Amino acid sequence: MSGREVLTGRHFMNGDDACAEGAIAAGCRFFGGYPITPSTEVAERFSRRMPEIGGVYMQMEDELGSIAAVLGASAAGARAMTATSGPGLSLMMENLGLGVMLELPCVIIDIQRGSPSTGLPTMAGQSDLMQARWGSHGDYAIVAYAPSSPQEIFDLTIHAFNVADRYRVPVLILSDEVIGHMVERVVIPESQAIPRWERKRPPYPPEHYGQEGFKAFEPDASDLVPPIAHAGDGYRVHFTGLTHDPRGYPDMSAETHHELVTRLMEKIRRNAEDLILLETEYLDDADVVVISFGCTARSARRAVRDARAEGIRAGLLRLISIWPFPEQRIRDLAHEVKTFVVAEMNLGQIRLEVERCVGHPVRGVHHAGGAMIHPEPILEALRASAAQTAGRQK
Amino acid sequence: MYHEIRLSGFGGQGIGLAGYLLGKALSLYENLEAVMTQAYGPEARGGASSANVVVSENPIDYPFVQHPDILVAMSQEAYTKFRPLAGPEALVLTDADLVTPFDDDLVQAIPATRLAEGLGRRIVANVIMLGFFTQATGVVSREAMEKALTDTLRPKLVPLNLKAFATGYAYQPDIASAP
Repeated sequence: MSGREVLTGRHFMNGDDACAEGAIAAGCRFFGGYPITPSTEVAERFSRRMPEIGGVYMQMEDELGSIAAVLGASAAGARAMTATSGPGLSLMMENLGLGVMLELPCVIIDIQRGSPSTGLPTMAGQSDLMQARWGSHGDYAIVAYAPSSPQEIFDLTIHAFNVADRYRVPVLILSDEVIGHMVERVVIPESQAIPRWERKRPPYPPEHYGQEGFKAFEPDASDLVPPIAHAGDGYRVHFTGLTHDPRGYPDMSAETHHELVTRLMEKIRRNAEDLILLETEYLDDADVVVISFGCTARSARRAVRDARAEGIRAGLLRLISIWPFPEQRIRDLAHEVKTFVVAEMNLGQIRLEVERCVGHPVRGVHHAGGAMIHPEPILEALRASAAQTAGRQK
Repeated sequence: MYHEIRLSGFGGQGIGLAGYLLGKALSLYENLEAVMTQAYGPEARGGASSANVVVSENPIDYPFVQHPDILVAMSQEAYTKFRPLAGPEALVLTDADLVTPFDDDLVQAIPATRLAEGLGRRIVANVIMLGFFTQATGVVSREAMEKALTDTLRPKLVPLNLKAFATGYAYQPDIASAP
């Protein structure tokens, strides 16, 4: 152990490296993964850094094993993460559901590439959004963030660990090849300035709970999150992917199942306002609003500024969080703005969500992946929307 | 101030490192915004290699170089491939011994590889080119580049690379010899 845990200072760093440094700064001490382009640099960085700081880098046999190892490390009390891309995320889907069911905090970064299947290994995509939300079977809820710069990958990786621990839920970072590989300034603060939310632990020592034992899945009424007992703490804890009662024991009843699954959804829905992160620009007087995220949001920002220079009252709503979806914010916005443009490197995944919220079709700027969307087609969509709005007002 | 810069050559010349050093100097030591990108796919394996830097006073939205206004070419293949993508008025720097420019193209040439061999290490041709770039373009200061070299490279490599940088920085191209 010779390395510094927090590399305080100014760096010129790519997004993948910034993810690993954000995780280490957040106290992540277990990485289990199977390297895959374009996320490989995350694993490479961890493989160099973890031995320096007493952490574990474990290269697994595949992505199924990777996320299983991460869940095990989390159950033992470690902040743990993995990194992958689309094909690997597909393989992680079953155990993502296990993580939700066992309420084990963990972080998964998906550096998205052109998909489906093997797709475009070295080129960018933004098309794993719905898979992140719905890809494991059953009703469940996770949290997902979409950074737009290496600095934001660093910041959001730290935040992801805090959210995962606070809500006992897997948190995904849905980044993309552009942000993962681009090299930009990353400022790493002093270690005491790194925010840290601790896991909620059992309030009493193991012996307090007597014969009945600690109820590892009994939620607090206030936030629906149960305190977590770590393996080795001395509490008797039973983990199962089967439907379980507050003790964690299998309970094959419709009532228990309904109660459990509803709570797993509700603990995210009820806390959505704390989880949702948005950035807005020029929304006050906007006639047309672009909704975008990740690398595409950079082009959207340029398009909005160029449109403003042309006299078009354009605004930007950047989704820093993707899930939970900011339904209420977009519904509220739709009372003031009638025209929306959704720009994303897929064929309409977030546009469908926006249409669901605003209640009518919106204009989409889509590309299936492989090349970052340039500002020009977004600007074209803004011009077309502005012309349409002007036509309506005549 | 806004520049799209492409550094190019063949694999093994340290083009990626040169792009990283330039971007780092601009981003960390010049109070400017800079983004560095590289091709990652099969196109980056063998053949022409490139590293791209966008630099601006303002935050950079679209990070990719499309039409470089400054092009560095350290191989004929890279020159032939990338010169047409740069504007006619682009500033073009070449390795004098490795690139024969198009007939009507005015380039600033430095025999970077030959000078590097003179220093005993051919692999510092990229840093000689960075020295030449710094002097010829004025985009980045000598101090910022030297700090990037010093902060990035392993300490035992720093003296040789500072010498290589100084060699390129001091070089006066013989414009008259251009065809």
